[in-house]
Amino acid sequence: MAGDDEEVVDAGYDEWLAAVRDDEGYYLECENGHGSLPPRRVCPHCGSLALEETTLPESGEVETFTITHVATPNFSDDTPYAVSIARFGNVRVTGQMRGVAVEDVAVGATVEIDVSETETTGDDVVVFRPR
Amino acid sequence: MAGVGLTAFGASPERTGRDLFAEAGCDALADAAIERDHVEALLYGNFMGELAEHQGHQGPLMAEAVGVNAPATRFEAACASSGVAVREGVKRVRNGEADVLLVGGAERMTNLGTAGATEALAIAADDLWEVRAGMTFPGAYALMAQAYFAEYGGSREDLAAIAVKNHDNALNNEKAQYQRAIDVDTVLDAPMVSEPLGLYDSCPISDGAAAVVLVSDEFAAEHDLDASVAITGTGQGGDLMALHDREYLARSPAADEAAEEAYADADVDPSDVDVAEVHDCFTIAEVLALESLGLVDVGEGISAAADGITTKGGSIPVNLSGGLKAKGHPVGATGASQICELAMLLRGDHPNSDVVADADVGLAHNAGGTVASAVVHVLEVME
Repeated sequence: MAGDDEEVVDAGYDEWLAAVRDDEGYYLECENGHGSLPPRRVCPHCGSLALEETTLPESGEVETFTITHVATPNFSDDTPYAVSIARFGNVRVTGQMRGVAVEDVAVGATVEIDVSETETTGDDVVVFRPR
Repeated sequence: MAGVGLTAFGASPERTGRDLFAEAGCDALADAAIERDHVEALLYGNFMGELAEHQGHQGPLMAEAVGVNAPATRFEAACASSGVAVREGVKRVRNGEADVLLVGGAERMTNLGTAGATEALAIAADDLWEVRAGMTFPGAYALMAQAYFAEYGGSREDLAAIAVKNHDNALNNEKAQYQRAIDVDTVLDAPMVSEPLGLYDSCPISDGAAAVVLVSDEFAAEHDLDASVAITGTGQGGDLMALHDREYLARSPAADEAAEEAYADADVDPSDVDVAEVHDCFTIAEVLALESLGLVDVGEGISAAADGITTKGGSIPVNLSGGLKAKGHPVGATGASQICELAMLLRGDHPNSDVVADADVGLAHNAGGTVASAVVHVLEVME
């Protein structure tokens, strides 16, 4: 598991987290306008090999969410927490809702993306906050 | 299909995987009345053996457990592991590579406890982009359920009707983990796992094994075997790993593709299907399966159980075994167990065979992860 061991590096993913934390989030875009997340060499939607880092829109929209009560051991102290899939322009991201009570999370809500830490392990976690 | 074997599904944390599969494999060989020497290979499905038993390289271990001295290979496709093993077996027999194969799967899970099994199941999702965000396996299906509600409508009550139906179907199935009737209020009042899915929307954590003996037509004729039910169609589909990368959050196109291929292979269509076993790891999963298989229109799957279409008396009974929901879901055994249950339903020795006494065509739908893998098989009664 990431975070258990400082030696473990996930190239591509770790840099992306750092960029999002610094408000310089990006995604990979092919020439056909498909978005995806790194590390990738091929567009998962069309097979294009021409992927470019493109600025992630500041504002996203919640497309679906769930409030999780039974978690894995790595998130046992975080429950209940809301996991959401939010769309940022051409790309969707999965993250946890922060800055809003879980019972107030709704499809269609406008959010911004950040990186925070889990309560249970202190590991990095992608989060969405109301915007 | 010359023989089938199933352990009871349930909580038997003390039983090793090798003991579970030995029981199912021996029962399948006995049911087929085939000597062990005839078996040319074992194709074996298992998902979390490294985590549950600290055991890799399970193929030869399981062949040894059944007493089969033949090459053995493990297949892994999350909860579709033994579905893909069955499919590989069908292809090998068809193309003449083999006359007799033992195919199946096993999973030991309850020894991990609820939290440990939840963690192990989660590895079927994208570790970087889903699991690290706290997405559990129930959470993934809950995201699909919420998206379904937003797109097509539906409610927790509609989903509850699916759980009630599948529990009812399992009442007389002695292999089932739960032989206990529930009502809609039981489902709605149960603790939430990952909203909108509660405890009774979710399949249990289970131990168990299933095995099938596949034989060529020539071998069955030469040895005068009773192989009255055959697998006549097979199909497999795939999808992007992470839910958030898919075009639709409330559909399972991998299963659409698998179904289309299996129907064409068997030269049947959805209207020919008399009975189906589908992958209802969560109530919403049965909805997505029915729609992908073309048994109902997209957007109509949510009400199929409540409307009585898929119940015992309905036009297309679904999950007469109890499904994953009530029969149990030892993940690596599930795909093969669906084939076993369907074979028994069609040949007349299943506790619910009377419900489908005139059935000729059965359909099995097995899904892995959030349906990034899907396998569909058509079974038919042979003249």
